[in-house]
Amino acid sequence: MSKHTVTMTVNGTKYTREIESRLLLVHFIREDLELTGTHIGCDTTNCGACTVLMDGFTVKSCTVFAMTANGKSIETIEGVAQNGALHPLQEGFWEKHGLQCGYCTPGMIMSAKHLLSNNPNPTEDEIRWGLSGNLCRCTGYNKIVEAVQYAAEKMSAEQEQDA
Amino acid sequence: MITGQFTYFAPTTIEEAIQLLDEHGFEAKILAGGQSLIPAMRFRLSQPGVIIDINGIDGLSGIREEDGNLVIGALTRESMLEGSHLVQSRYPLLADAATVIADPVVRNMATVGGNIAHADPANDHPAVMLAYNAEVTAVGPNGARTIAIDDFFVDFFENAMEDNEILTEIRIPTPASNSGGAYIKLERKVGDYAISAVAVQLTMNGDTCIAARIALTNVNPVPMRAENAERALVGMTVTDDVIETVGEEAGAECDPSPDLRGSIDYKRDITRVLTKRAINLAIERAH
Ligand SMILES: Cc1cc2nc3c(=O)[nH]c(=O)nc-3n(C[C@H](O)[C@H](O)[C@H](O)COP(=O)(O)OP(=O)(O)OC[C@H]3O[C@@H](n4cnc5c(N)ncnc54)[C@H](O)[C@@H]3O)c2cc1C
Ligand code: FES
Ligand code: FES
Repeated sequence: MSKHTVTMTVNGTKYTREIESRLLLVHFIREDLELTGTHIGCDTTNCGACTVLMDGFTVKSCTVFAMTANGKSIETIEGVAQNGALHPLQEGFWEKHGLQCGYCTPGMIMSAKHLLSNNPNPTEDEIRWGLSGNLCRCTGYNKIVEAVQYAAEKMSAEQEQDA
Repeated sequence: MITGQFTYFAPTTIEEAIQLLDEHGFEAKILAGGQSLIPAMRFRLSQPGVIIDINGIDGLSGIREEDGNLVIGALTRESMLEGSHLVQSRYPLLADAATVIADPVVRNMATVGGNIAHADPANDHPAVMLAYNAEVTAVGPNGARTIAIDDFFVDFFENAMEDNEILTEIRIPTPASNSGGAYIKLERKVGDYAISAVAVQLTMNGDTCIAARIALTNVNPVPMRAENAERALVGMTVTDDVIETVGEEAGAECDPSPDLRGSIDYKRDITRVLTKRAINLAIERAH
């Protein structure tokens, strides 16, 4: 068994841990850091419930070894709200009923965040395309699309105000 | 599900990686995007004792045109192809494929080199690279060598590289003028492997096809060129009848296995239909 030291920044905090080489990033996040907002749905790289941002790109954390994330910056659902205020995406999922059981929601929000950072005003098709790596068994997706549209509008409006 | 145990290395240079491969031989596996290897390890379909993670090696990633070729670094992520203006504007066959491989999250990790090295007949890049007549660079202890794509896929999940070689780049010849290409894939849903998919790259002179390569995904144990189909197309004045014959040849010469994606007859017939569609689109793009 090979043990290694891994260091990564998760939601702005730097962590160093001694881990087994085969530890998956999702287990590192959930079990070593006790950040259980990132879910395991399928365990087979299909559902996207485990989606996190790694250096700004979405990855399925059930299919990345924690060691590959050494030195990288990770963002999970716990890092999305700032200073106790919900992110516009979280607010959108609330306002538009973008969730039922909520199991897929953390992954959906991370994928939507990645989408909006590259494309602040996506069309409906672009939203559906951008979220196509994330499965939802409850909502039928329409409400999720509306939630992302809500966030995109709110974020654009906020940006205009700032400018 | 966790994988079996292994010893982990994260070399920062190609030389170091090759030395590790040379030392550990058959026991060792390179880890690129991990999107095929990690699932296989979790299902215990693969149990390497040594993992050599190449994600920390600089210079293995990138897309550029050089000396009449499009050069793609092995560690280039699928999402980089999708976002590349160069690929979108000049290599439509590659651009088509980049958007239908897996899903957007998987594409942020999955690499072009890994897709080819894996030699999975269900993967999409093998057919694309066969249609482009690409070349692969493999680097080992004795230096670099070039492998023509026609010689690269030797068996089911088996490529022509030695255990101590690393795939470093893929070179696609820049198509001549009046060339066009297309990749058409039928999948059950986003993120699934193809039921069948067809890659076509051809060159036209007026209504006559003067060069063509056609390759098929997931309808044969080894990624394959549809050579009978190519013969039925090259040198012909292209009419609907000719295209029908080419499609029939492709459907007949592949060797699909029946599975949850369909029966043998269904897959042959879909291959015929997709071949026709891909040729029509490639010709449209050539003009
Ligand atoms: C849900 C899901 C859906 C998918 N759907 C598709 C699809 O529709 N079409 C498709 O084409 N693919 C699909 N894939 C596969 C995906 O594209 C893989 O990532 C790809 O086949 C392998 O690339 P990788 O970088 O992840 O390689 P890895 O998984 O890291 O490696 C694969 C193999 O190649 C070897 N290897 C990797 N890089 C090198 C190198 N530079 N030199 C030598 N050997 C190397 C490894 O040792 C290993 O044996 C899917 C994957 C998932 C998880
Ligand atoms: S748990 Fe990772 S993709 Fe489903
Ligand atoms: S809300 Fe239940 S899976 Fe999406």
